[in-house]
Amino acid sequence: MRLGARALDRSAVVWVGAALALVVLMALPLGWLVALSVSGEQGATLAHYRAVLGDLALRKAVWNTIVLAFWVGLGSVAVGAPLAWLTARTDVPGRGVIRTLVLASFVTPPFLGAFAWVMLAGPNAGLLNKLWRGATGSEDALLNIFSMPGLIFVVTTYTFPYVYIMIANTLALIASDLEEAAAILGAGRFAVALTVTLPMVLPALVSGFILAVLQALALFGSPAILSLPAGFHTITTQIWTFFHFPPKIEMAAAFSIPLLLATALLLLVQKRILGRRGYAAIGGKGGQRRTIALGRWRWPAFGACLVVMACAIFLPYGILAKAALSRAWAQPLTWDNLTLANFTFTFFEYGATRDAIVNTLELGVATATVGAGLVALLAYITSRRLVLGHRLVGFLALAPVVIPGVVLAVALFIAYTRPPLLLYGTLAILFIAYLTKEMPVGYAQSDATFRGIPPELEDAGRILGAGRLRILRDVTAPLARSGIIAAWCFIFIGVIRELSASIILFTPTTKVMSVVIFDLKEEGQFGAIAVLGLVMLALTFVTVAVVQAALGRDVLGVRE
Amino acid sequence: MTLRLSRTWTRRVALVASLAVGALVSTAFAQDGRLEAAKKEGKVVWYTSLALPSAEKVAKLFEAAYPGVKVEVHRTGSERIIARVMQELKANIKNVDVVHTSDAGHFVFFKAQKLLTKYTPAGVDGFPAGFKDRDGYYYGLRATVNVIAYNTKAIPAAEAPKTWKDLLDPKWKGKMVTAHPGYSGVISTHVLALVNQYGWDYFKQLAQNKLMLVQSAVDPSGVVASGERPVAVDGGEYTFYQIKKKGNPVEIVYPKEGVPLVVSPTAIMSFAPHPNAAKLFTDFTFSREIQQVMADSEGLYTGHPEVKYPTDKPKLSDLKLLTVDPEELEKRGEEIRQRFVEFFGA
Repeated sequence: MRLGARALDRSAVVWVGAALALVVLMALPLGWLVALSVSGEQGATLAHYRAVLGDLALRKAVWNTIVLAFWVGLGSVAVGAPLAWLTARTDVPGRGVIRTLVLASFVTPPFLGAFAWVMLAGPNAGLLNKLWRGATGSEDALLNIFSMPGLIFVVTTYTFPYVYIMIANTLALIASDLEEAAAILGAGRFAVALTVTLPMVLPALVSGFILAVLQALALFGSPAILSLPAGFHTITTQIWTFFHFPPKIEMAAAFSIPLLLATALLLLVQKRILGRRGYAAIGGKGGQRRTIALGRWRWPAFGACLVVMACAIFLPYGILAKAALSRAWAQPLTWDNLTLANFTFTFFEYGATRDAIVNTLELGVATATVGAGLVALLAYITSRRLVLGHRLVGFLALAPVVIPGVVLAVALFIAYTRPPLLLYGTLAILFIAYLTKEMPVGYAQSDATFRGIPPELEDAGRILGAGRLRILRDVTAPLARSGIIAAWCFIFIGVIRELSASIILFTPTTKVMSVVIFDLKEEGQFGAIAVLGLVMLALTFVTVAVVQAALGRDVLGVRE
Repeated sequence: MTLRLSRTWTRRVALVASLAVGALVSTAFAQDGRLEAAKKEGKVVWYTSLALPSAEKVAKLFEAAYPGVKVEVHRTGSERIIARVMQELKANIKNVDVVHTSDAGHFVFFKAQKLLTKYTPAGVDGFPAGFKDRDGYYYGLRATVNVIAYNTKAIPAAEAPKTWKDLLDPKWKGKMVTAHPGYSGVISTHVLALVNQYGWDYFKQLAQNKLMLVQSAVDPSGVVASGERPVAVDGGEYTFYQIKKKGNPVEIVYPKEGVPLVVSPTAIMSFAPHPNAAKLFTDFTFSREIQQVMADSEGLYTGHPEVKYPTDKPKLSDLKLLTVDPEELEKRGEEIRQRFVEFFGA
């Protein structure tokens, strides 16, 4: 009886806190979003929806987004799945290196990739096209990055890791027994892969496809860099233009709702698919995973992996470095063209750099620290079932995943440019956006951490007479430490690369690095972008190294 | 090498000159105590559409002339600036002191909204009428014209387009770049000037040639210099001039039917949080020395009657200018952006 009452007390505190957070982070903004989308001069109206859906240009933007997302989904599966299979199951050379490079592509801000690909595959000045013309004497370009296929290509290059992670993690859990049985019955290597392995990973495949589609749907930077020059919009870039003068915030709100619903629907489908884990082969830790010998296909397979990595890492990073060191990025890097002027301009002459780096780091540290603490608390509460309705807490922590960054920003903009909370123009509004956006990732990481710590240890402590707080300090916290550090780093990486929400919420005094890079892109200042891009990549990779050290394994989460 | 030397040299001369004028203005300011007031305010916040390196240069020169007063440069496109100012106002944020864009229509709008301080910068008496608001709220800080430019490596001079209408030739399909009136005031002015000349049909036909769309009027120069597109159908002449001076294979064409003139006004906001620093800065930017810097190293035109221009580019008086009325620009701003997007797709 007494215990029950105490649980209730605890629940009350947690629930009041959670409810408050929920209101500030989600309910208020989304409520305003919906309200504004139906607000008219005389009461509620559907006029804005009629306006956005009736506009041919806007319908085209919707269609473009669907085309982009669908092909990115397929492309990511086509690249990510074979790559995962190769590194998880076969004796392809350099598996560790390939995994590291997939990780690099995973953490590369997609808009930087898009920017680099402008320099690589712009139809005329792009390096690859120049080489192609030089080699073949052809008049035409090999690749035109300013096109829908170009956009799909670049987005896929930085999205396939989502599929890779799903598949590699699944393959790591599936024992090889069935595959061996098939092999004994006379099936060839590829027949085994197609008829046995593939069906077992199919749910993960579909789920990875959906994840990739969601990424593509929510992306702002890459479409803005590649589709606007080609004269077409996606939903996200279109929403952004509604904020141009004179602003049409109601239209932005009305245009955001379909994107929100589509995301929610896709996630529901994904949950259904993953939830129906009917295939008995997964789950046990027993069983062996044997490496498949590729034979004479070993090196060709390695070559294919290299091509993918060249597209995602080597070529883009190389051209960024070249642009950072060149007077004219499109000219060969000769002595005459070599300069440090881009660095001196970026760091000493361009006044926005310092503030942007400081803002970014402040926001990154603040969001990661508060976020990691919050998700650790929530994950502890839900995994130990400390309050009534702990499932709902878990659900709410994951809920923001359905809100694309741009939509979140529109909602926050509407909610916090008016009383009672006038946050627009402060770093606080960006903090809220980032915290909301990164919460699901952090929570998933923390949840896995606490689920991995068996409660028996805590129970042992209780039996020996220690209080809950002391156990938390002496038993749980040390065990959870590396997992929490990892959550911190995930959130931090997510924050420093964030563009799609920042681009709507920033003001001149609250610029962050991604926004500055986008600003510079609009003016065509390639050298300074390259320098800031390299700074951002360096920050990211230092953070990744910290995670790796904390976890003692790589962050893609594949248990070997 | 010589190029680099001469640039450093120009910079040094400019710096010395600015220090000299700084000293002069300082005394005038010191007399009525405004310099002290400006120093107390500590900084001036400048929302500007002047190309980033040029804007940072002006800021550095000011800071050298008036130690203790910082310039916070926020550079973006004209149309982004007005969106930002109005958005901030709506949220009751008072951040900006001095606003400078290339869309004169903005200042008609600001004035009507009573958002400007009436202030006449020192030394603008001799400026031509086109550089002055008749009510004294804003003044043209600099001017440029829109031109055609091409990459000389890709296109021989004989084949280069000579007139605005030449650009409609299908042979340029896929080879041209335009900046965007939804971002740049230089371009919104340009579009209106050509619409007044040829009607919207001109842009409808131009769009058939599948242009690459960039945002800033600074960017076409970079695109042409890199060879990504060999022809620019618009863009601030000063940016082409600068990039040509740096040794890039770029040539400028001044169509004989006339070139759209863009006078970019500047004004102090009525709610400026640093009004004294704003006045000090505004006076500084209109001083002969800074106006001369804009002409020399930036290749801009100015309204200052004593400014000497580089000899390797035409004088404003040599060109046939297409001018637009700021009031018309204000009224038709929305139409300009909408129709442009309708034709060009984004």
